[in-house]
Amino acid sequence: MAALDRGAKVMAFSLSSLTTSLRTLSRGTGPDLMPQGRLAGPMPWVIAIMVALTVIAAAAGLALSNTASNASDALSGGATVQVVEANPAERDRQAKEAARVLQATPGVIDVRIVSQQEVEKLIEPWLGVRTGEDGIPVPALVDVRLRDGVDGEKLGQLRRQVRQVAPAARVDAQSTWLKPVFSAIDSLQWLALALVALLGFALAAAVLLAVRTALGTNRETIEIVHLLGGTDSQIARIFQRTIGFDAAGGGAVGLGLGLVVVLLLGQRFEGLGAGLVDSGALDWIDWVLLALVPIAGVALAMVTARLTVIRALRKML
Amino acid sequence: MTNSTDGEIVHFDNVGLRYGTDREVLSDVSFTLFPGSFYFLTGASGAGKTSLLKLLYLAQRPSRGMIRMFGTDAITLPRERLPTLRRRLGVVFQEFRLVPHLSAFDNVALPLRVAGVAEKDLVKPVADMLEWVRLGERMHALPAQLSGGEQQRVAIARAVIGRPEMLIADEPTGNVDPDMAIKLLRLFEALNRMGTTVVVATHDVHLLKKVPESLIMRLDKGRLSDPTGALRYPPRPHGGFGSRG
Repeated sequence: MAALDRGAKVMAFSLSSLTTSLRTLSRGTGPDLMPQGRLAGPMPWVIAIMVALTVIAAAAGLALSNTASNASDALSGGATVQVVEANPAERDRQAKEAARVLQATPGVIDVRIVSQQEVEKLIEPWLGVRTGEDGIPVPALVDVRLRDGVDGEKLGQLRRQVRQVAPAARVDAQSTWLKPVFSAIDSLQWLALALVALLGFALAAAVLLAVRTALGTNRETIEIVHLLGGTDSQIARIFQRTIGFDAAGGGAVGLGLGLVVVLLLGQRFEGLGAGLVDSGALDWIDWVLLALVPIAGVALAMVTARLTVIRALRKML
Repeated sequence: MTNSTDGEIVHFDNVGLRYGTDREVLSDVSFTLFPGSFYFLTGASGAGKTSLLKLLYLAQRPSRGMIRMFGTDAITLPRERLPTLRRRLGVVFQEFRLVPHLSAFDNVALPLRVAGVAEKDLVKPVADMLEWVRLGERMHALPAQLSGGEQQRVAIARAVIGRPEMLIADEPTGNVDPDMAIKLLRLFEALNRMGTTVVVATHDVHLLKKVPESLIMRLDKGRLSDPTGALRYPPRPHGGFGSRG
């Protein structure tokens, strides 16, 4: 507990030092017209939390997108023929006949009869280890790859051709099986996107409140700067810069926290060893996009600060 | 309107000012100020001196009338263009209005920084100015660490550092010793000789005699005392008008 407390204090100090160092670096030798402490307060931490949550939500959205995209690519040109026949010899015969007809079909690039061992391995988690011919009969499977994907018309054509030689065969597009999964992934992607948007709004609202408070606290200074010939833009720049550094410091910490969480979650999901989950691994471009989250946060915070200040100053002479 | 009329620096025509729905604190105020003149604005407490100065340093728009400053109609001037006019003014506020978290040096440097003067170009003039008002050794002190008189000197240094075309001072000698008061008046006179129009609001009648060349504007219950119309229709600059101090 004491170690945690110490850790929190070190982090708080580091974030405060980071934002202070950034400000010092930027302002050169001139002073800050606004007392920085009054504007900053807990702002860097609020931004750090927002950015961390945004990174996590964005990572989830990107992983889901990858899952959907990879699965869709893998399944889009695939069809499965199931020969549902209790008699093993007849089942094998119909599967072979179906494979022969399909191989001769234009547009079909690959046909493979899934071996009995593979099929047994696939159903083993649900039905247990089967021995010999005593178990429940399972359909023979033929995996078919088509050059230009599978649509309703092609599927109908395949069905007609296969049925002529294998009456017990059922032909389905592989994507059909995962339609509900794709639909769920789609919903989750929208949810992730909505979360990112909501977090953006929350960040803008937090900045707006902080800037309004700072404007109220520094009203006298602002009036003096105005009367000395300071422009709205000059005053807005001060707020913009201050909030920019708070956002940069907070964003860096938030990105770090968010990435740690994403990496930990990635490790946990990797441990599942499930094909669909594995296909959601983040690409390098996804990591670049995640790294852009704090930059977008800084930009959003600065634009919000500028617009808030300019709007408030317009009410003053 | 941006053209100067007959070299005038400020022209007020039937200006009235009221706050909210209260009675007018300034009524029918009309006068013209010429460049290079020295004016005292006098009147009893509550006569409207500070309100008139607020109109002069563009902190307030009048309720009625017309104000032209540096040849520009200050009433219809868009607020984005006000800073350009304000940079031509130097103001000593009655309550000093120093920025509390800035040192004496940074307060004095503020108008130069606002005007975009580079840091390397402002250090010497600011230090010299603080030396001149005898605050060279206190330049790093915050306003709260300075006495009332020292704060007033910082406020004056800040008002004159940018060599304004018009210096407006609201009771600038109220918190300084007589020696410093004389010295400040000499500074104002020196600036005036260099072409700066000076407007000093004061209720100290002794001060008026210290600048014999000054012109006096008297406010009484929000009205400018101008029995001869000399303030409203003054002769050409340096031809003498108004009552002499």
